[in-house]
Amino acid sequence: MVNVWDCLRSVPDPEIPVVDVVSMGIVREVEESPDGVKVTITPTYSGCPAMSEIEASIRAALHEAGYAQVELKTQIAPAWTTDWITDEACEQLRSYGIAPPERRYASGVAGNSVACPFCASEETRLQSEFGSTLCKALHVCNDCRQPFERFKCI
Amino acid sequence: MELTAEMRGQVFDYLLRHADDRLVLGHRLSEWCGHAPMLEEDLALANIALDLIGQATLLYKLAAQTEDSGRTEDDLAFLRDPSEFRNLQLVEQPNGDFAFTIARQFFFDAYDVPFLENLSRSAHPELAGIGAKALKEAQYHLRHTQQWMLRLGDGTDESHRRLQDAVDDLWCFSQELLVPDSLNHALVAAGIAVDLEALRSLWRATVEQTLREATLEIPSDAQYMASGSRGGYHTEHLGYLLAEMQVLQRTHPGATW
Repeated sequence: MVNVWDCLRSVPDPEIPVVDVVSMGIVREVEESPDGVKVTITPTYSGCPAMSEIEASIRAALHEAGYAQVELKTQIAPAWTTDWITDEACEQLRSYGIAPPERRYASGVAGNSVACPFCASEETRLQSEFGSTLCKALHVCNDCRQPFERFKCI
Repeated sequence: MELTAEMRGQVFDYLLRHADDRLVLGHRLSEWCGHAPMLEEDLALANIALDLIGQATLLYKLAAQTEDSGRTEDDLAFLRDPSEFRNLQLVEQPNGDFAFTIARQFFFDAYDVPFLENLSRSAHPELAGIGAKALKEAQYHLRHTQQWMLRLGDGTDESHRRLQDAVDDLWCFSQELLVPDSLNHALVAAGIAVDLEALRSLWRATVEQTLREATLEIPSDAQYMASGSRGGYHTEHLGYLLAEMQVLQRTHPGATW
């Protein structure tokens, strides 16, 4: 049978399908027992509308891998941080056209030194701190003129 | 956290206050969706609305667990009448123009950031967890509305006039944010609730500094000040808001899709 963690790595983030729920830091804990599998997940934002989709996908993937009893638990604390996104997932975000978050949590606006994911220029500007989903901000590259999204650092 | 029966009721009421604030304000902001003055702002207001409604959901879930009588978070949001809502009158005020919406949001955000900072240190672990999570979101909100206060206040004659009118009209709802009542005192003593007395100077410092920088006048406190919303007293606007928000669940109880 496929290992639970490997199975969860096959579940994509519904809003950014190029990354998976494990590398995004959404899966916090896995407990296996004779009674079944218990998976603890945490929302990225309080209002993340993808949570029910993520729960359904996790259940489906584990059932398909042969895990009959699946229990899902949602945990709020400690609060999710972009520091939990793996380095590999950050690279995947960049190649998908989304500038990855900076590494350390800083509450100030971090709009000045964001590199364009298309041409790598640092000459970019913040257009809006709110974007198409809760987790992203809007930027524009002054060099290649491409608008792009950046993963907010929280 | 183990609570006595009396404290359970108090914590339930406390959770409703703060969940109701967020649900009602989130609903108001969502009314801008598709109508904001520019695309970026349409997205920003919808994002803030979603954050607030998400926070409300977490608080309602915890309230339902605390009450432990079979009601769910949806029952609490959709099946209570206006007099049972415990939100501030500030957050139920209709959107008005864009300046009014920004001023209302700024007054709330200037309170919400220090409120959540304090809540994250609550002796109630689940409540502290929600505080720490929501704080990260609220910091974005405050930065956004503060920038708009400066841009509109120190902008054109018209934007200045509109924002000053909004600040003047909303001032009467500002005191309620920061006046503790007996429930608040009891839960502060238990280490669970945020001490509103301690927030007052922080709120005033943020608001006064921003208003000054935005070249706006600080209104006088010697005027009618709204009170009583934590006990279920509301302006007429809440009833209309809830009628629209609740119509589906009231007409088709238990409907899901």
